[in-house]
Amino acid sequence: MQIYLPIAEMPVDMFLIAAIGAAVGFLSGMFGVGGGFLMTPLLIFLGIPPAIAVATQAAQIAAASTTGTLAALRRDAVDMKLGLVLLGGGIVGTAIGVGLFNVLRRLGQLDIVIVVSYVTLFGVVGTLMLVESIRALTASRRGVQPLPPKPPWHRDLPWRMAFPRAGLEVSLIPLVGIAMLIGVAGSVLGIGGGFIMVPVLIYMFRVPVALVVGTSQFQILFTMLGATVLHAATNQTVDVVLAMLLTVGGVFGAQFGARAGRNLKGEAFRLLLALLILGVGLRFAFELTVTPRDRYTIAPVEVSG
Amino acid sequence: MMRPARLLIALAAWLAAGPAGAEQLVAALSGSRVEINSTYTGAEIVAFGVIERDQRTVSRAGPYDIVITVRGPARNFIVRQKERVGFAWLNREQRRFIGVPSYLAVLSTRPLADVTTPVLQRRLKIGVDAHLSVIPDDLLPERERAYRVALRRLEGEAGRFVEDPAGVAFLTPNLFRASIYLPATANTGLYEVETQLFADGTPLAKAVNTFEVAKTGFEQRIAEAAHQARWAYGLSVVAISLLFGWLASIVFRRD
Repeated sequence: MQIYLPIAEMPVDMFLIAAIGAAVGFLSGMFGVGGGFLMTPLLIFLGIPPAIAVATQAAQIAAASTTGTLAALRRDAVDMKLGLVLLGGGIVGTAIGVGLFNVLRRLGQLDIVIVVSYVTLFGVVGTLMLVESIRALTASRRGVQPLPPKPPWHRDLPWRMAFPRAGLEVSLIPLVGIAMLIGVAGSVLGIGGGFIMVPVLIYMFRVPVALVVGTSQFQILFTMLGATVLHAATNQTVDVVLAMLLTVGGVFGAQFGARAGRNLKGEAFRLLLALLILGVGLRFAFELTVTPRDRYTIAPVEVSG
Repeated sequence: MMRPARLLIALAAWLAAGPAGAEQLVAALSGSRVEINSTYTGAEIVAFGVIERDQRTVSRAGPYDIVITVRGPARNFIVRQKERVGFAWLNREQRRFIGVPSYLAVLSTRPLADVTTPVLQRRLKIGVDAHLSVIPDDLLPERERAYRVALRRLEGEAGRFVEDPAGVAFLTPNLFRASIYLPATANTGLYEVETQLFADGTPLAKAVNTFEVAKTGFEQRIAEAAHQARWAYGLSVVAISLLFGWLASIVFRRD
């Protein structure tokens, strides 16, 4: 059934859009990632203008992470303090990233930076996680006790802060630094960065998986609320009809995803997330290297000169 | 769908007009407004008209030709070309096209080459090519021409650039009719429909009509809110997201 989108100025099949929302919402609820790195390419593939796709999916992610955060709060699976520290670092990083975005665009190098970063980021993060989780899975199957983890490299850094809920006492330098880097990457690449944050919290800071998902969703919720309002106010690119269709699918998908995620063992969770990230990385690598069907693309522009 | 009232007005206008030239051209559209609502998937507008020949004029040897040109609101385009850099395909060069109609349909009774000469086509703005630049294709270097060809092809595939050499049909020797199909992605705004009459390659008369494509009701209010009350609009979207998220967590509270 077709419905006309008033801001995107085109009709779409409403059931198809709701189904996409549900599918991405499922993954988002399961892994505590926003899902923007899946949603944006899907919407662009359907013919939605990229600026509107990026801005509108922020509203959908906000809704899905509201549900996720509320569910996590009821199970006491959010480290609020950790979430707020990450959010603070992320906001600073986002501001830097917006500046960098404009510099790169002026230099005309934005395209190459985006594609190469995507492939590298997804490829490296995905491969590292895949190797680790397979090793952990085979070790637990043989009944071998996994080696005791090496002390993390950031153990001796100053400005330590305690996060009682996560059972963590860690220096603010790596924590805020990582959050800032993710903020920079997020605003340059147009992704929320949950898929980097989740593995970083698991591997670098040894935060329990159950807590990582809730805390990441908590941080994503506030990032996406801010992003939606800013996109609407500065670019007028948020399509409320598209956002509602995606949201209806997304919130339900996220619920089922969260349940599925809770039934997964830690190793299996990491393996699946690794495969997902690697798959997206491969898709970008494919798009980058395979001869395009059409070498020309066309885009309307508002201003001349 | 011809509306009788509109046809009557058109006929009255035609009868009232004095015999200024040998041929008179009267044209009208089936509607002056295309309304976009939530079920909009494109529209069809019918253009029709009458050629009236002065009784004192000697009849012409050749047949009449009609060319109907529909132009949507002007827009600027960037056409980008991907090139191979090492192992990767990247956007490298781009060209801008300024003030190109966002929708362009050229409907005629015969192929444009049979209707009139290339020089006149360009001067009278007939055909898609004539709208893209004042320079003819064959005078452009191959490199530059490729961008124009790409623009024409991509907009053509989207149904926004149309050239139909059989798009206008004569119902009687003097009465013609054409269907204009607007895809759902055609821009909103004012559209100009120019009808030109030819015989033996010579332009004899022309008539201009307009119609408007506009959002109505809910779609119109949403678009206005998004552009005029930006912060309030953004905050409302966020409020809806929070509400949906909260409702879903209530629905699924069981566990």
